[in-house]
Amino acid sequence: MVDLSTTYMGLKLKNPIVPSASPLSASLDSIKRMEDAGAAAVVLHSLFEEQIEFEAEALAHFLEHGTYSYAEALTYFPAHHEYRREPKEYVEHIRRAKEAVDIPIIASLNGVSLGGWTGYARQFQEAGADGVELNVYFLPTNPHLNGAEVETLYVDILKSVKEQVTIPVAMKLSPYFSALPHLASALDAAGADALVLFNRFYQPDIDIERLEVVPNLQLSTPVEMRLPLRWIAILYGRVRASMALTSGVHSAEDVIKAVMVGADVAQVCSVLLKQGIGAISELLAGMRAWMEEHEYESVAQMKGSMSHRSCPEPAAFERANYMKVLNSYK
Amino acid sequence: MTERRMVTIDGNEAAAYVAHKVSEVIAIYPITPSSPMGEHADDYSAAGETNIWGTVPVVVEMQSEAGAAGAAHGALQTGALTTTFTASQGLLLMIPNMFKIAGELTPTVFHVSARTVATHALSIFGDHSDVMAVRSTGWALLASNSPQEVQDLALIAHAATLEARVPFVHFFDGFRTSHEINKVEQLTIEDMRAMIDDELVLAHRARALNPERPVIRGTAQNPDVFFQAREACNPFYLKTPDIVQKTMDKFARLTGRQYHLFDYVGAPDAERVIVMMGSGAEVAHETVEYLVERGEKVGLLKVRLYRPFSIRHFIEALPESVKILAALDRTKEPGAAGEPLYQDCMTAVTESGRPIRVIGGRYGLASKEFNPAMVKGIFDEMARANPKNHFTIGIVDDVTHSSLEYDPTFNIEADDVVRAVFFGLGSDGTVGANHNSIRIIGEETGLYAQGYFQYDSKKAGTVTVSHLRFGPRPIRQTCLIESASFVACHQFVFLEQFDVLEKAAPGAVFLLNAPYGPNEVWDRLPAKVQQQIIDKGLEFYTIDAYRVAKETGLGVRINTIMQTCFFALSGVLPRDQAIAAIKNAIEKTYGRRGEAVVQQNFAAVDQALANLFRVEVMDRVTSQLPMRPAVPPEAPEFVQKVLAPIMVRQGDRLPVSVFPPDGTFPPATTQWEKRNIALEIPVWEPEICIQCAKCSMACPHAAIRFKIYDPALLKDAPPTFKYDKARGKEFEGLVATIQVAPEDCTGCGLCVHACPAKDKREPKRKAINMTFQPPIRETERENYRFFLSLPDFDRSQVKINTVKGSQLLRPLFEYSGACAGCGETPYVKLLSQLFGDRAVIANATGCSSIYGGNLPTTPWATNADGRGPAWSNSLFEDNAEFGLGFRLTIDKQSEYARELVERLRGAIGDELADGLLQADQSSEAGIAAQRARVAELKARLAHLGTPEAVQLQSIADMLVKRSVWILGGDGWAYDIGFGGLDHVLSLGRNVNVLVLDTQVYSNTGGQMSKATPRGAVARFAAAGKPVPKKDLGLIAMTYGNIYVAQVAMGANDTQTVKAFLEAESYDGPSLIIAYSHCISHGINMRTAFDQQQLAVDSGAWILYRYDPRRAAQGLNPLQLDSKAPKIPFKDYAYNETRFKMLTQSDPERAAYLLELAQKDVDSRWRMYEQLAALDYSQG
Repeated sequence: MVDLSTTYMGLKLKNPIVPSASPLSASLDSIKRMEDAGAAAVVLHSLFEEQIEFEAEALAHFLEHGTYSYAEALTYFPAHHEYRREPKEYVEHIRRAKEAVDIPIIASLNGVSLGGWTGYARQFQEAGADGVELNVYFLPTNPHLNGAEVETLYVDILKSVKEQVTIPVAMKLSPYFSALPHLASALDAAGADALVLFNRFYQPDIDIERLEVVPNLQLSTPVEMRLPLRWIAILYGRVRASMALTSGVHSAEDVIKAVMVGADVAQVCSVLLKQGIGAISELLAGMRAWMEEHEYESVAQMKGSMSHRSCPEPAAFERANYMKVLNSYK
Repeated sequence: MTERRMVTIDGNEAAAYVAHKVSEVIAIYPITPSSPMGEHADDYSAAGETNIWGTVPVVVEMQSEAGAAGAAHGALQTGALTTTFTASQGLLLMIPNMFKIAGELTPTVFHVSARTVATHALSIFGDHSDVMAVRSTGWALLASNSPQEVQDLALIAHAATLEARVPFVHFFDGFRTSHEINKVEQLTIEDMRAMIDDELVLAHRARALNPERPVIRGTAQNPDVFFQAREACNPFYLKTPDIVQKTMDKFARLTGRQYHLFDYVGAPDAERVIVMMGSGAEVAHETVEYLVERGEKVGLLKVRLYRPFSIRHFIEALPESVKILAALDRTKEPGAAGEPLYQDCMTAVTESGRPIRVIGGRYGLASKEFNPAMVKGIFDEMARANPKNHFTIGIVDDVTHSSLEYDPTFNIEADDVVRAVFFGLGSDGTVGANHNSIRIIGEETGLYAQGYFQYDSKKAGTVTVSHLRFGPRPIRQTCLIESASFVACHQFVFLEQFDVLEKAAPGAVFLLNAPYGPNEVWDRLPAKVQQQIIDKGLEFYTIDAYRVAKETGLGVRINTIMQTCFFALSGVLPRDQAIAAIKNAIEKTYGRRGEAVVQQNFAAVDQALANLFRVEVMDRVTSQLPMRPAVPPEAPEFVQKVLAPIMVRQGDRLPVSVFPPDGTFPPATTQWEKRNIALEIPVWEPEICIQCAKCSMACPHAAIRFKIYDPALLKDAPPTFKYDKARGKEFEGLVATIQVAPEDCTGCGLCVHACPAKDKREPKRKAINMTFQPPIRETERENYRFFLSLPDFDRSQVKINTVKGSQLLRPLFEYSGACAGCGETPYVKLLSQLFGDRAVIANATGCSSIYGGNLPTTPWATNADGRGPAWSNSLFEDNAEFGLGFRLTIDKQSEYARELVERLRGAIGDELADGLLQADQSSEAGIAAQRARVAELKARLAHLGTPEAVQLQSIADMLVKRSVWILGGDGWAYDIGFGGLDHVLSLGRNVNVLVLDTQVYSNTGGQMSKATPRGAVARFAAAGKPVPKKDLGLIAMTYGNIYVAQVAMGANDTQTVKAFLEAESYDGPSLIIAYSHCISHGINMRTAFDQQQLAVDSGAWILYRYDPRRAAQGLNPLQLDSKAPKIPFKDYAYNETRFKMLTQSDPERAAYLLELAQKDVDSRWRMYEQLAALDYSQG
C-alpha cells in the first residue's frame, strides 16, 4: 500500500488532493461529499472583500434612496432589525463545515487592499478554520504603480493577516510578476505558510455585435498546468513555505506531476465542476495505481524529484525548454 | 417595576406601540398619514414582539379600509381584542361597519391620524373632516394633542372601551402629531397591565360568537320594535364619560399625568376662553400661559372626549367668569348652521343656562399653519363688542370676508429654546440626519426635543424643510418656527429660488453648504441674501459639503457632514459630547449595514469640522445677483398670480378669491415651472444617432423629444441647434432633431441607457450622453424653445404603430413631478401621445394621481390646437366605475347627437349628415376628417337657432371618437378597486384600463399589494411575501371578450406600442398591465430597463396579448410575445433590494421563498404556453 500522506502549510494531510476555492464548497453537502470521495482538505469558496464592501454600500444606498423626500412615502422598506451580513454567514459556514467533516477546512479570503477585511481572518480562526488562503486579486492598472510597490502590497497584506491569526496562512498568487522567486522569498520571509500557484484571472470577453465587454467564465484545461508546474519546479527548495499547484489539474498523472516538481498538494476545481465531486476518488485510485505500477512507496519519495534542483536536466525548465518547443515545429 | 424610558418618537409610533401591546388581531390597510402605524405593528409582530399577554398579535393587511373594518368586526364578534389604524377616506370606508360595531356595543379602538377628506381637491394633510364624518356612528371620539398624549390616551381608550362597551375612535392630527417627533415618557408593560382589566377582557370573550353557547347577532327588525331596541343602548352612552374620567384618574395615579374629559388652562378668572381639540390646542395652551402671565383674562378648554359629549363636565370645567367662548373647528361643513364643535358648545351653554356668548371659527384645514399669532388674533377678536362669528383664521378670505386679521409678527418663542430650520433636498439626507439629531438630544440629554418636517409636492428633486426645537421644558409649539436661532441651507441654489432667511431671528447662525471657499462665498450670494445677513446681524458659516462627501466616499449624501456642523455651531451640546454622540448614532444607524459605511461616516464627521469656516460678513451689499423669477414673464396670468407664489413657498399668502371654487384648474402648467434639478442632462450626437427614438420613448418626463420637419424652418434656428438628415424613405428631404428640455430633465439617465447607438471608434460614447448641465443650460434653453416652435409632424401621416412613429406624436403629459427615472410615466406619456387629443382619463388615487394632479403645476398638456387629455381623479377605490361613467355619458350623448343629426338632416344637408354618421374613425386620418365635419356641422347649426340645433351644438364634439382611459396602480386594480374593475370589465363597454403595476403600493411607501411577487420584502410583508402574485390578466381573460395585454416597455417597446393601439381600437373593454419599475424596488433607476428585460427573460413577467377579435377568425386570442424563461428567477430578483435584503436578514427564508418563486414562474409559463397552443379553428 502506497503512502499518499503529505504535509501542507503545517497540516498533516492523508493525500495531496485538495479541492480549491470554488462555489462547490459553498454547500455543506458538497463538502461532505468531498470528504467521502477522499479529499485531504477543502479550501472554502472565497469571501470577497469587494463583494462585502459592495453589498454593504448597495444595501445602505438602496434602503435610503428616495427616503424622506415625499410626505406619503418617507421610507420604502420595513426596518429589519439585523442584517446577517458577511462575514457572519461565512464564519457560520466554517463552523458548520468543521462540525460536518473531519478533514481540515481552509478558509479563503479574496481582497485587493489593506483594510479592515484582513481582520476577518481572526474570525475564521475563531470559527475553527485550520488555515487561511489569501487570494489577492489585484490588477495594477495604474501606470504610476511600479512592480516593487505591487509586491510590497502583497507582503504587507500577508503580514497584516499573520498578525491576526496563529493558524497557517497560504498566499495565492498570480503568475504576473516579473521576478516571482524574489516575491516568493519575501513572502516566505514574511511568514507565508504556503504559496498557491497560480490564481487564474477570469478574463472577460467582448461582444462585437453589442460592443460590450462581457464577463466570461472558462474552466481550466490541462495545458494550463504547465505554468505552475514550471514555477513550482523552480521554487522548490528555495522557499520554506509549502506549495500548492492549482490550475489545470485534471488527472492522476497531473497530480503526480505536481508532486514531482515539488508541490505539497494539488488543488482541483474544474475537473470537479466538469465531472462531479466523485472525480476525487478516481484521481486517488489512479494515483495509487500509477505509484504501485511504478513502485513508488510514498508521495514523500517523489516530492520534488523533478524540481529544478533535482531533475536530470534543470536547464529544460529555463530558456532551453522554449528552444526545444520551437525546434519541435521544424 | 421597570423604569419608564424617555424616547423620541412621533405620534404614529406612540399609538402603534400601545395598540400592538393590547391587541390580539390587527387589520390594516395603508393610507397617509396613518400607514406608519400599521407598518410599526407589522414590524413588531414580524420581529416576534408580544402583547402584554405574551403572545404575538396577528397583523393582516386587507384589500381596503372597508375590508379592514369588516375583518375587525369579525374578529371582535369572535372575541379577539382588535384594532386598526386609518385616516380620511379610509375612515369613511369603515363607516358601515362602525355603525354595526357600535350598535352591537363592541369594545374596540380605531386609531385615526385625522386627515382632510377630499372635496374640491385631495389633501393628505391633517384636519378633522374625517373624524367629524363619523360623529353619527355611535363611537366615542377621544382626541390627543401631542405624541405623549397619543400614547397615554391610546391606552386610556383601550382600557375604557372594555368597560364602557362603546367603541372608540382615538384621533390625533395627521402630520402635525402623527409625524411630529417629540420626547415621550414611554409606558411600560407593567403600566399597561395595570390599566387593562383582565376581567373585562374575559367578559368581552364571553360575549363572543361561540358554537358551544350560540347566540344570534345581526337580526333584521321591523317598525314595531327597531326604535325601542335602538334606545336600549342609552345607559352605556350615559355611563361612558364617567368611565373615561375614572380611567384617566387611574392613569394619573399610575403615571402622574392627569387628563380630564375637558382640560382647562388659563386664568381662573378668564373671560375669554377658546374651546378646541387636537394639536392646535398645544399652541393655544402656550399662548394662553404667555398672555395670562401678562395679565390677560383668557383661557383654553381642551376637549378630549368629544363623543359622548358630556355637557355637565364641559360646563363644570369652565370658570364662572367666562363671558365669551370661541369654538374652533378644524373642519368645514358647508351649509351647516355652524361647525360641529361650535354647535356642541352652543347646545351645552344653552342647556346650562349660563350667560355665555359663543362664537365659532374654522382654522387649520389640511394642516394649514396655526400659531400663537392666530391664537392672539382670536382672543383680540373676542374682546371686541361685536366679534365676528363663523370666522376663519390663518387665511385671507376676500370673498365672503370671514377671516380675522391678526398680527403675524406676534411671537412667543422662548430664548432658551434652540430653534433650528434646515432647508435640504430629499436626496441629500437632511431629514434623516435631523431625525438622528433629535434622538441624540432627546434620548441622551435632559433636554426636550421636537422635530417636524415639511416635504415637497413633487417626488424628484424635492425640497425638505426641517423644524427642530430643543429646550429645557416640554415643547408645545405645534407650529412651524417663525423665528429661527439657526438656519441651515444645504443647497446653494435655494438662495436664488426662495426666501431662505425670512424666518432667521436677529443674531441667528446661518450655515450654508456652498461650492465656494469662505473668501469667495459672500460675493456669490444674491443681493437680497446679503442684505438680510447684514440687517439681521447673522453669524455666517460655510462648508463645501459635497466636496467633503465625495472625498470621504459618501457620494452626494451630505447628511452626516451638515449634522456635524449643526452640532458644532448650535451649542446645544458641548462639541466633544456632540461628536461622540453623532458617532454613536452612526454606529447604531449604519452598523447593521456594514463596517465600511460606518467608517465613511466617521471620516465625514472629522472632515466636516476641518472644513467648516466662518465667513466674514461685509458691511454692505456687494452682489448684483437677483432672485430668480419663479416663472417667465410670458406665463399666463393665472400661472403668474396663483401658481408662481406656490412654487416659491408663498402659497399661504394667496387669498380665497384667486382660487377656482370647484377645483377646476387649467392644464399644461408644468411647462412654466423650470425646476433645473438635473446636475447632468443628455446631449445629442446626430452623427451617431440612428433616429430610433427609443430615448424619447423611455423618457419618464417628456424631456427628450423627437421631431422631423422641413429644413426650411431652420432659418431662424439658434447657432447651436442640432439636426440631421431624417432617416427613412418616408421622410425624404426632411431633417430630424432630438432635443432635450434642459430645465425639465431630471437627469435620470434612462434615455442614455436605452440608446442602442454607439460610436464605432469609442463605443462608450452613445448618440446621447450625460453632460454637466449648468454650462449648457442657457444655450439648450434657447434650442428647446426653438424646437417647441417647430410644427409637430402631421398625425395622419405617421406610422404610429412603430416606436419611432409614436415618438413623432407630441407628448401631452410632460415634466411631471414623478421620481427621476419613474417606470410608470413612460406608459402614461405614450398614452398621451397616441390618444391624448381625444382622451378622457379617470385616474385612481396613487402615484399617478399625485404626479398627475398635485399643485402647484400639473403635467397633462395640450397640443397646438388646444386639445389634450381631460383628466380627473375621483377616489382610490372607485376609479373603474368613475371611468365607466365617462363612457356612459359619451355613449349616451354620442347616440343622442347621432339622433339629432338624423332629425336635422334636412337643415344640415344629407352629405354632411351621412358623412358624420358613417364616418370611419379607425385611423388618425379618419378622425381628422370627422373633426372637419363636426366643425362644419357647428358652423351650420349656428345659423339654425332651433332648440334641437342648440342641443346638437352642445354635444356635437361627441361625434368624434373619444378614448376613455382608466388609469391606476396595482393597489387600485388588484386590491381596493378590484371589485369595481371586474364589474366594469364585465360590462363589455369600450373602456381602456391601464394598470401601472409596480407590484407594491408605491405612493404610500411600498406596502404589499396582491401584485407583489412571492419573496419580495414590502411594508406589511417584512418577512417577504409568502404567497404568489395574483394573475390579474388571466382573470380578465376568462371572460373571453376582454382585450388583455401584459407589457414591459424596457423589454419590448414595439410590443408595448402594439398593445396600446390594439387595446384602444378594440370596441370593448381592454386591460393593459404594464410592468413599472419603481424606486420602491430598491434598484438603480438608470438601468431599470435592463431589469425589465431580466423580468421577461426569467419568466417573472410574461409578455402577451389576448385579443378576442382573433377568436372570430378561428385564431387563438392569446399570443405570447416573450419566449420561455432563459435565466433563473434569482438572476432577475437578486438585482433588487426588495428580494435581496431578505437574503441578508433571513437567508433561510429567502432561499425557501426563492425556490417557491421559481416554481411560480415555471408553472405559470407552462400554463400560458398551453393556453396559447389551444386550437380555436373549430370556434
